[in-house]
Amino acid sequence: MEEKNMNNNQIKNFLKGFIKENPVFVLLLGMCPTLGVTSSAINGLGMGLATTFVLFMSNVFISAIKGFIPDKVRIPSFIVVIASFVTIVDLLMQAYTPALYLQLGIFIPLIVVNCIVLGRAEAFAAKNNVWSSAIDGFGMGLGFTFALVVLGSIREMLGSGAIFGYKFINPDADGILVFVLAPGAFITLGYLIAIINKIRKTV
Amino acid sequence: MEYVIIIISAIFVNNIVFSQFLGICPFLGVSTKTETALGMSAAVIFVMTLATLVTYLINYFILVPLQLDKFLQTISYILVIAALVQMVEIILKKVSPALYQALGIYLPLITTNCAVLGVTIIVVKKSYDLGESIVYTVGISIGFALALVIFSGIREHLDLMGMPKGMRGIPIALIVAGILALAFMGFTGLV
Repeated sequence: MEEKNMNNNQIKNFLKGFIKENPVFVLLLGMCPTLGVTSSAINGLGMGLATTFVLFMSNVFISAIKGFIPDKVRIPSFIVVIASFVTIVDLLMQAYTPALYLQLGIFIPLIVVNCIVLGRAEAFAAKNNVWSSAIDGFGMGLGFTFALVVLGSIREMLGSGAIFGYKFINPDADGILVFVLAPGAFITLGYLIAIINKIRKTV
Repeated sequence: MEYVIIIISAIFVNNIVFSQFLGICPFLGVSTKTETALGMSAAVIFVMTLATLVTYLINYFILVPLQLDKFLQTISYILVIAALVQMVEIILKKVSPALYQALGIYLPLITTNCAVLGVTIIVVKKSYDLGESIVYTVGISIGFALALVIFSGIREHLDLMGMPKGMRGIPIALIVAGILALAFMGFTGLV
């Protein structure tokens, strides 16, 4: 019985990142990469997975060493841990996915200041054991990826009539270009959050 | 002349909020009143310029000679910015209590403002020299201030408007930001 309860809790812990505590749609964290890289679904996916990696690794690492960090220098130590993993992702992507790396550009090093990563470290990993922190990091990261892919797909469909690069309208026709440009990011996200607010209130 | 082009492009054409998507969190967070928007803008101009100066010197006098700039850039920059913000806070408290009163509460928020780290990295990527870096940073932070103040002016009025419940707060703010970004797109091709 006890064990089943534990498992249920872990599943809840994993799933909360998708809808209930979705970092982008509900907690409104990490807005800069959300708006900046979602001009296509594939960019959103790449950015989301890079952030998931950092979130997962830093959550595991921080919850493992939390006993050794004095309370006063907690935040700087967390930032150093996060920045190290970001540097690892940065170098790996530069080596293995150069095209995506160029597309995402400045937003890869900026994962360091993504409020989600530090927020989870401070709010969850610093208080829980390694196993639940790992699940929390992974779930939150996938929730973030999910939000980015949704936003990226909508913008790509409206803006260039394609999804994941496959064009579904007449190849010579153009989409509504403004949706892949800066204003489209703000407007699409605005309406998405409004719709999700509405759904959350009625459920 | 070169400096003029850099500054105009940094304020209008490549506005940090509307075309580069940096510093969105403070942009949405502290823009509910014009007064707080002004305070935040002043703090950002101050810290950003200082941060670019210090990280520029660290990059070209310590990291590059030791060939560590690929590995330690992100880590050292974020630590320098965090320490700098802390230091500015302590110095301001002692030297100018009036200024501290005005900027104090915004300073801790700046550490996690991705615009500051973003600009210090962009400056390195563009391989600007020291003069160009400073001019670019001042331009970018003025652009940030401009965006924040315009936006806060609109948001003060938004509170009084009637709209569906789900649209209140962040959703309508984002849509207004989108329309402002559309307006700023008019500057494309200016320089």
